[in-house]
Amino acid sequence: MIVLGVALLAAATLIGVYLGDLLGLALGVKANVGGVGIAMILLIAARLWLSHRGRLTKGVQFGVEFWAGMYIPIVVAMAAQQNVVAAVSGGPIVLIAATGSLVLCFGAVALLSRIGRRDPGSDAVEHGGSVIGGDAEPEAVAPAAAPGARKG
Amino acid sequence: MGHDIWHGIEHVFVEQSLVAAFAVVGALILVSNYAAKRLTKGRVHGSAIAIVLGLALAYLGGLYTGGKKGLADIPALAGIGLMGGAMLRDFAIVATAFEVDVIEARRAGLLGVLALALGTILPFIVGTLTAVAFGYHDAVSITTIGAGAITYIVGPVTGAAIGADSTVMALSIATGVTKAVMVMVGTPLVARLIGLDNPRSAMAYGGLMGTVSGVAGGLAATDPKLVPYGALTATFHTGIGCLVGPSILFLTVRALVG
Repeated sequence: MIVLGVALLAAATLIGVYLGDLLGLALGVKANVGGVGIAMILLIAARLWLSHRGRLTKGVQFGVEFWAGMYIPIVVAMAAQQNVVAAVSGGPIVLIAATGSLVLCFGAVALLSRIGRRDPGSDAVEHGGSVIGGDAEPEAVAPAAAPGARKG
Repeated sequence: MGHDIWHGIEHVFVEQSLVAAFAVVGALILVSNYAAKRLTKGRVHGSAIAIVLGLALAYLGGLYTGGKKGLADIPALAGIGLMGGAMLRDFAIVATAFEVDVIEARRAGLLGVLALALGTILPFIVGTLTAVAFGYHDAVSITTIGAGAITYIVGPVTGAAIGADSTVMALSIATGVTKAVMVMVGTPLVARLIGLDNPRSAMAYGGLMGTVSGVAGGLAATDPKLVPYGALTATFHTGIGCLVGPSILFLTVRALVG
């Protein structure tokens, strides 16, 4: 059933955020510490557990993947409600601090991604891309439709 | 007559706010995909255009209403606020975890931790140096502005904890918001340059950039398959920043500037 997938996602989110709140409290921080990350790990664990026992039905999968596919539209809505006016009119100190840390962090990403071996990329990763992309890009789906074309 | 029709439409939009937001965002993405295909011949992701378009509309909405929530401050478009708010955003981010390749994620675990540490310290150093360069000399103001460069949540949380005044607080938040917006727009532009094309680098990116909204937008605009890996590390970033900002980082700055 589809609703069970949605409920599984909801339960994972609620438990994760709750644990994040507890973690924040334990550390004496006025913020949620990694709640969403914990929720993601819970959901991954739930998926592995369900598929191990053969309980990962099409309905459950669809209930979760629908929301994964809504990710980009939700992010677009998020972008449309940012306080861009404040960002644009921040003045030089804001601009310098933001640009400086951005450039430095992009540089660090470049460095870190060169550490260790490069991943050839797996079919699971590509499949995830087409689900999260919500089939927004028809040309992105095309290579996935040709099985065996990109075996790592 | 024309006025009545307009009024009626507005009424429906206000009453059905979330449904209206689905329709509006869908239309925005449709236009963006068309533009991506026709105007850029597919070189730019449709979602990248949609996000930039969303930011541009947020700017116009902010100018028009004078509010802080972009388009969502217009009553007929208030549903955008719910659709793109923290609740559904986090819900959708968690859903993307369903697509995570566990082996890939585990392999990059240590890299993610390293990225989180750097992603907290590097922006903080840049922020504090900028604050000092602009004439701030007290540890509280310097720390608050530096924390704002980590994310726009770490800034005010740290500032509130150590007693910063409201002008410094506003600067700190503005720095974080500007960074988030720049991450959204800049990521697809530099993605190839920084090797952001596989789960490993996405996890490093998430930890380094932090700001969940920036990472969420930046990866969506670059390549959807990278989203869950970047989000996995990014969601720990703000919490860690709020942990070390008012404690270790503040004490360090105070020890340095006296």
